[in-house]
Amino acid sequence: MEVIEQESFIKEFIKPKLPQELLSRPDMLSCNNLRKVYPTPKGDYVVLDDLQLSVKQGEFISIIGHSGCGKSTLLTMIAGLNEISGGKITVDGNTVREAGPDRAVVFQSPSLLPWLSALGNVMLGVKQVFPHATKKQRLDICKYYLDKVGLGNDFNKRATELSQGMQQRVGIARAFALKPKVLLLDEPFGMLDSLTRGELQDVLLEVWNKEQITAVMITHDVDESIFLADRVIMMTSGPYAKIGDELVIPFERPRNRRDVLEHPEYYDYRGYLMNFLNH
Amino acid sequence: MKDKIINGLRFAGLGFMEPLVRLINGEEPKKNSINLVKRVVIPVFSIFLFIMIWHGGATYLYNVEADAKIEKALNDQGEEAAKEMEACIASGDVSCKPNALPSPLEVFGAYKKLMKDHAEISVKKDEFKQKVAKTNEQRVAKGQKPITYTGRPSFVDQIGTSLKTVLAGFVLALLIAVPIGIIIGLSDVLRNSFNWLIQIFKPVSPVVWLLLVFMIVKTLITDPDLDKSFIISFISVGLCAMWATLVNTSVGVSSVDKDFINVSKVLRLGVGKNIFKVVLPASFPMIFTGLRITVSVAWMVLIAIELLAQSPGLGSFVWEEFQNGSSESNAKIIVAMFVIGIIGFMLDRIMIMVQKVVSFEKTEIA
Repeated sequence: MEVIEQESFIKEFIKPKLPQELLSRPDMLSCNNLRKVYPTPKGDYVVLDDLQLSVKQGEFISIIGHSGCGKSTLLTMIAGLNEISGGKITVDGNTVREAGPDRAVVFQSPSLLPWLSALGNVMLGVKQVFPHATKKQRLDICKYYLDKVGLGNDFNKRATELSQGMQQRVGIARAFALKPKVLLLDEPFGMLDSLTRGELQDVLLEVWNKEQITAVMITHDVDESIFLADRVIMMTSGPYAKIGDELVIPFERPRNRRDVLEHPEYYDYRGYLMNFLNH
Repeated sequence: MKDKIINGLRFAGLGFMEPLVRLINGEEPKKNSINLVKRVVIPVFSIFLFIMIWHGGATYLYNVEADAKIEKALNDQGEEAAKEMEACIASGDVSCKPNALPSPLEVFGAYKKLMKDHAEISVKKDEFKQKVAKTNEQRVAKGQKPITYTGRPSFVDQIGTSLKTVLAGFVLALLIAVPIGIIIGLSDVLRNSFNWLIQIFKPVSPVVWLLLVFMIVKTLITDPDLDKSFIISFISVGLCAMWATLVNTSVGVSSVDKDFINVSKVLRLGVGKNIFKVVLPASFPMIFTGLRITVSVAWMVLIAIELLAQSPGLGSFVWEEFQNGSSESNAKIIVAMFVIGIIGFMLDRIMIMVQKVVSFEKTEIA
């Protein structure tokens, strides 16, 4: 009985469309016919094949899919940290060839340099991106973002003295401080407990609201993807993974957690995504 | 205050004194007494045990040697001579003392004698300095070389010379091995192409290094004023000892956490920044482990090299005393042995302390 009900509910569900305002913006990131092959002793293993993706300027997308489907591979390829086997990735019209600060990455593990302070970690990137700024200007940039992520009093703490959650806050500050064209988030909250995860999602959203940087986030948390993204991309399981489906989340911005959870369509979206993952 | 003392002790590698400090403070007397016994009393007892076994062994060897001497006198010169020999040995006269492994007491006596000798030589040196002070001033004014003391060096002077040689060798090893290690660590191609060289030269004996260095230095350095034996020995020490650092540095550099490398790539750090801000700090623990091995190897091969290079120092001290061959010389050799061991131990502790200061990993370093 219940099964029939659920199926009928899916049929009734009408997918929302991307708002006209977003659609009219130019593409910031696009992947065309993207392919990734890992050679193995038993022959080539094709992780991604014929993958198409385009992201509008200032759009926040999240990519969900099962573990090992190639989500992270896709992200590292966009970042330029992983070789592209075929196809093309362009960011703001430029073809991606190597890693660079225009595509800032927040890694799953905070990846702070443990011998530097929180400030030092952010400063390392700021110095690269703003070589002509004065010392004072650079310091202001670092302090602004560290303050925004809630580390206003811990500038000089060493990375090793900070908790995992605090370290990831620095990771977020470091990425935003680079003023990137695209922000890449590789399961940034995957290693945190659920309470800290919620806090950091709020922090991320707050900073992002101010900057409106094009963002691509990998996650396997359905609620997280709905809460943060304008559009959720669903990837099929590998090998030969590609984009299976996508769902636009038309909630008003700025969002807050309670409004999103209480939204009448929230569980429809959630059900749709869960349904994709379970089939 | 107490915590400060304990932290200081731990820092200096004297953590075993911690229960004693806590006990004096009247803290958990039962637990700390047990810890004191475990960490201080039993180790101290082991030292006594060692000395007792040594004493027993030395006495046994002394008796064997004495018996052999009496036996020999009996066989060669008859009963009269044997009795004379026995009396002579019992009286402890130097002329007929059995030459065997010295007992702990004799070694301690030799140690005191060496220190007394050092004091005497120091006095002589000071007197000499005062005497020639005026002449030296005139000579320097005229552009001539000052007169230096050329008498016999004392034991302590020789320790100083050895330390100087090891330090120079260590610095040389550091300057060669760390930069090369970084370069070959960063490039797979270079690492593979230099691997054969490292594998072949690493096991080469200190003696061969010495001869090799001698062949080269002999040709290159002809200035008689330079201390050639010092140069030869410190270069040999450096070349023998640098391999551990070279291998560790290259492995450390090539195995830096991939996340750090990714951060460096995303920030597009230049070559220099990448090395000094990311790669080097990340591989510090490995490099330091290599440097610690280098110091201990340097100290170990130093003795052999000094002995061959006729460079003054502990090695030549041991060799000269061995050539001397008296029973007292044996005791002096054992004094030198302990001094060498203890200094080697202290050098290692110093390296650990430096490592604790520079390394980002504040975890326990054994």
